[in-house]
Amino acid sequence: MRDGDEDRGRLWYGPQPDVAGDSGYPDAPPRMGFFTDTSVCIGCKACEVACKEWNAIPEDGLVWTGMSYDNTQGLGADTWRHVAFIEQRKPFGGQEPGVAHEDVDVFAAAARLGTDASSPGPGATAPPPGRAPEGAPAGQISPLSPDGRTELRWLMSSDVCKHCTHAACLDVCPTGALFRTEFGTVVVQEDICNGCGYCVPACPYGVIDQREDDGRVWKCTLCYDRLGVGMEPACAKSCPTDSIQFGPLDELRERAQARVAQLHAAGVPDARLYGESPEDGVGGDGAFFLLLDEPEVYGLPPDPVVTTRDLPAMWRHAALAAGSLLALALGSFARRPR
Amino acid sequence: MSESGVTGDGVRGVRPGRQAPTGAGGGRRRHRRGRGEQPMVPDAAFSSYYGKPVLKKPTWKPLDIAGYLYLGGLAGASSLLAAGGQVTGRPGLAAPAKLGAAGAISLSLAALVHDLGRPARFLNMLRVFKPTSPMSVGSWLLAGYAPLTLTAAATEVAGRYRLLGSAATVASAVLGPAVATYTAVLLSDTAVPSWHEGHRELPFVFAGSAATAASGLALAAAPPAQAGPARRLAVLGAALELGAFRVMKRRMGLTAEPFEQGRPHLLLRAAEALTAGGAALALCCGRDRRLALAAGAALLTGSAALRFGVFHAGVASAEDPKYTVVPQRERLERRGR
Repeated sequence: MRDGDEDRGRLWYGPQPDVAGDSGYPDAPPRMGFFTDTSVCIGCKACEVACKEWNAIPEDGLVWTGMSYDNTQGLGADTWRHVAFIEQRKPFGGQEPGVAHEDVDVFAAAARLGTDASSPGPGATAPPPGRAPEGAPAGQISPLSPDGRTELRWLMSSDVCKHCTHAACLDVCPTGALFRTEFGTVVVQEDICNGCGYCVPACPYGVIDQREDDGRVWKCTLCYDRLGVGMEPACAKSCPTDSIQFGPLDELRERAQARVAQLHAAGVPDARLYGESPEDGVGGDGAFFLLLDEPEVYGLPPDPVVTTRDLPAMWRHAALAAGSLLALALGSFARRPR
Repeated sequence: MSESGVTGDGVRGVRPGRQAPTGAGGGRRRHRRGRGEQPMVPDAAFSSYYGKPVLKKPTWKPLDIAGYLYLGGLAGASSLLAAGGQVTGRPGLAAPAKLGAAGAISLSLAALVHDLGRPARFLNMLRVFKPTSPMSVGSWLLAGYAPLTLTAAATEVAGRYRLLGSAATVASAVLGPAVATYTAVLLSDTAVPSWHEGHRELPFVFAGSAATAASGLALAAAPPAQAGPARRLAVLGAALELGAFRVMKRRMGLTAEPFEQGRPHLLLRAAEALTAGGAALALCCGRDRRLALAAGAALLTGSAALRFGVFHAGVASAEDPKYTVVPQRERLERRGR
């Protein structure tokens, strides 16, 4: 059902360059978001911990899954950052870090510590300014390893609420508990949510969920409280590799494009952006990703569409159906009037 | 990684399911349950994150919400029979229809409030009016409709204020069809594959199901001499419900599969048999009091089974990543990436 998509303007579907302005903020700050570059994620889960601590999210059960390092399993009412671990039989590509150092005698190297310029003492682990470490091409990622010992790779990715341009959770919320902030993010007002649960199946990413003992729904706020005082969200702040980058969405999109080009040039053809395009089914995500495999491998939907795109068609069909019901009833009475 | 030894019996020491597959098509093949069913689409290979669902399944309690879908339909279509009976001078038909509508909508409201995570905040539903939220629209619809049906029923029971009662009956009949069909939009306006993909036909299925439920109640409660319209409505409603459901399943492709498996399958087969059987019974021998009662019971049960079947099929489609990933992947391929 594509009819009328264009006429419907930017209300429910399609690119929307000014989400905050469209929601009634006349002088909104730039739209803020996350760019999660999974190619540098090391799976440390600092973001999960920082998020739980800053937002005082309750413990939600430590379950041993036995499937990977991932016992968190997924986003939910009490998990607003989730690090996915994927173990694959696939060549590393340009990520081969060359971790095997069979030819290096560490004890001999330790004995030489501090005795010459190429082996500075403790406290001087960084290479001199302006010089890359030996063997590493400056400003580049290591190229493919020549011997191709690359039978296994790990993918790690920190998932989060996408803060969609067209957010289904916000659209379907009957109480107005979910709202758009001046930063273009989507936040639940917990003093208003009555726990109807409509946003839960509406989210095309399966992010928001109901907290069982509480009855209300909870999800990432993009640290609305921190943003209000000019601080970056807790997860981005704690990320040791800058896999989670926070900033104005326009700037993040530029940075992400450059990063993908860099990875492609370095021999990682799988690198692709996810949720970055304003042309996609949700009008682009406020939190988008650089992935190294198809989205569904990470548990993300490959082509999410905001359900409200079809809502006008749904109302039309429901009105027709209501008319049909009325016609059936009239027909039932009209035949043999008494 | 553990060492694995290859023996004559296969690979020893292999830990299954540990390695996530790579890329779009590398996933496991899912085998269909329900022997004897003709597959509508071939089994699809797909990737997922350790088989975990992409979507969160609805948190709604089946008895509350599927029950509400049923009772809302019963009430909405009963209001039509009540008004029709009143206007055409069939008090024996109008009275049970009015009481049925009021009873069903009261139970609905109780179920809806009970399902809330914070029932004490149910009035927050009327805090805003949002056309983008079918639940908001529905709340306002019920806020207008429920008092009308209660007024109609109360004046019927009291036998006084007949003019007010007539006005309320007619007004509730105006809102009734909307109450019966908007619930389809309520389900469809989600990311749940088996609910969303049927968004064109589901309102018609629910309209037909509402008609059969209301005519079932009227057949069971009204004197056969006055129940003629209910018998006809039963047949028309059954035809609409069964026909629309068939069209819907054909149009849905892979996402129709949850309707054909497990508990939803049983419920929907029962619904089909009860609705068709009840309508046939009403048509042929609805003038016999006892057979009319049986037909009414079959129609009422059939409509309930349909709503529960649709509800559970949607939940099943949200729990299996296949129904999220495969149709989206196919859509991307059609678009040429």
